[in-house]
Amino acid sequence: MIDIGDLRVRFGEVEAVKGVSFHVARGAAFGMVGESGSGKSTVLRALSGLNPDWSGRVTIDGVAMTPRRGRDFYRRVQMVFQDPYGSLHPRQTVDRALSEPLLVHGIGDIDRRIRAALAEVALPAAARFRYPHQLSGGQRQRVAIARALMSEPEVLLLDEPTSALDVSVQAEVLNLLADLQARRDLTYVMVSHNLAVIAHLCPMIGVMQGGEMVEQIGVDDLRAGRTKHPHTAELRALSTELEEA
Amino acid sequence: MLVEIDNLSIAFPSPTGDSLAVRGVSLKLGAEKLGIVGESGSGKSLTARSILKLLPPQAKVAADRLTFDGIDVLRAGEATMRGIRGRRAGLIMQDPKFSLNPVMTAGEQIAEAWRAHKKGSQRQARAAAIELLDQVRIRDPKRVAGAYPHELSGGMGQRVMIAMMLAPDPEMLIADEPTSALDATVQAEILRLMEDLVARRGMALILISHDLPLVSHFCDRVAVMYAGRVVEELSAAGLAQATHPYTRGLLDCMPTLSHPKPRLPVLARDPAWLT
Repeated sequence: MIDIGDLRVRFGEVEAVKGVSFHVARGAAFGMVGESGSGKSTVLRALSGLNPDWSGRVTIDGVAMTPRRGRDFYRRVQMVFQDPYGSLHPRQTVDRALSEPLLVHGIGDIDRRIRAALAEVALPAAARFRYPHQLSGGQRQRVAIARALMSEPEVLLLDEPTSALDVSVQAEVLNLLADLQARRDLTYVMVSHNLAVIAHLCPMIGVMQGGEMVEQIGVDDLRAGRTKHPHTAELRALSTELEEA
Repeated sequence: MLVEIDNLSIAFPSPTGDSLAVRGVSLKLGAEKLGIVGESGSGKSLTARSILKLLPPQAKVAADRLTFDGIDVLRAGEATMRGIRGRRAGLIMQDPKFSLNPVMTAGEQIAEAWRAHKKGSQRQARAAAIELLDQVRIRDPKRVAGAYPHELSGGMGQRVMIAMMLAPDPEMLIADEPTSALDATVQAEILRLMEDLVARRGMALILISHDLPLVSHFCDRVAVMYAGRVVEELSAAGLAQATHPYTRGLLDCMPTLSHPKPRLPVLARDPAWLT
C-alpha cells in the first residue's frame, strides 16, 4: 500500500530525514520509534502532504506522489495528531467537526454518517452537539479519530495518538484503533516514543535515530531481544527495565 | 516528620454546591521519596500543592493537620509561606517551555533564584549558577548559562529548572509530572539525576505522575489516588502485591514488551471505590 524509498527532508541547512525507505502492505501497521528530533514525525508529515519539501520516492497504492496532492489523496489518507485539544476547533461542535470532511469531499447522507461514526468510536450520541472543552481528553481523541474516518480513508497516519492521555484511557484508545483496523482493513503508520505502545499495535517497527532508520525489526524479534542496532537495544532496555520494577 | 497531612479535603464551589477534589487524604513524609500516582483529576497535584499553599484562590481547604516542618500551613500568612516556597521546598513542573522565562538566559534565571535566597553579589550568583548547571550534569555549563530557553532541548530545559530549584538548598522537592513532556531516554536520565541529587543532599521528594511503574522505580513509597482519595499506599518494592482493583487495573492496562497481550484490559470503574 505504501512504499517509501530514499526519502529526504531538509529544513534549510539541516537534513532532518536522510534517506529513509520502508514498505507497508495493505491492512498492515508500521510503527516508527525514536527520540525527539530523530525525524520520525517529519517522515509522517512528508507522507501526509503536510510538508512539501521532500525528495525521494513516495508511492501509495501504486501511484507515485508529488509534493502537491489532489483531493482524492486527502480522502484516502487521513491523520490523527497527538493533542486533540490542539487539532479540534475550540468553537466548533463535534457535529461541525465531523461534517466538514463530508462537505469537503462532497459525500452526502451527513446525518446518518455522523451518527454511525459516533457509535463506531463508542461516543454517546449526546456528544454530537458538544464543544471540545466539554469533553474529556479520551473523548476528544475519539472525536479526532472519528473525523479522520469520515471520508472512509484507506490509510491512517497516527502521530503519538495516545501520548497526551492517561494510561487507562490510552488502553481504551489503543483497543479502539485495533478494532477499527480489523473492521475496515485500514493501513496504519504510527509514530511514538513509547516502544511498548508501538509494539502493541504494530507487527513491524522502524527505529529512527538522527534522521536515519537504523533498524527495521519484527515485533517478535524485538520482544525476544534479537536487536541488531545498539539504539534499538537501548530503547528496548529502557522499556523493559521499568516493567521489571 | 517534614510533612504531615491529616484528613485533607479541598473543595471548589460550583453552581450545584461544592465539589470535592480531594477527600480525606492523610500522608506523612520524612527525608524519603514518595510517589503520588493517579489519573488527571484524581487530586494528586492539588494534594502536593496544598503543602506550599499554592492553590487557586477559590479552593476551600480543610484539614485536621497540614504542617511543613511543624509550621501550620493552613494558618500561616503569606510572609511565612514565602519563607518556605522556593527556599525550603522547590516545585518542578511539567513543561520547561512554560516554566522558564523566554527572554532571560538560563544562567540569569538560576542566578536570580540564587540571589533571591542567598543574598550574594552578581559575580557570586553567576559562579553559583554555573556550579549548579554542572551539578545537574550539563556538559558545557558556561555555554548553557548563556543560552535562552528556546535554544535548549526539553531535557536541558528541565535540568535548568532543577538547577534553579536547587539554588536555595531546599529540604524538599515537589516534582509534578517532571518528565511527561520528555522522551523515554531523557525521562530516565532526568529521574536518575533527581534520585541522585535527592540522596546526596538528604532531601525529601514528592514525585507526581500517572505512570505507576515509572514512579515505583524511583520512589521508596507510592500513594495511589483515585477521585480525590488515597486508595492504596505501597512500598515501591511491593508493587506486584498491590491489592486494590484500581492499582491492579492501572498496572494491567499498560502495554508491555515482556508480556504481550492481544487486547488491553480496560479499567472497569467500580462506584464502590468512591466510598
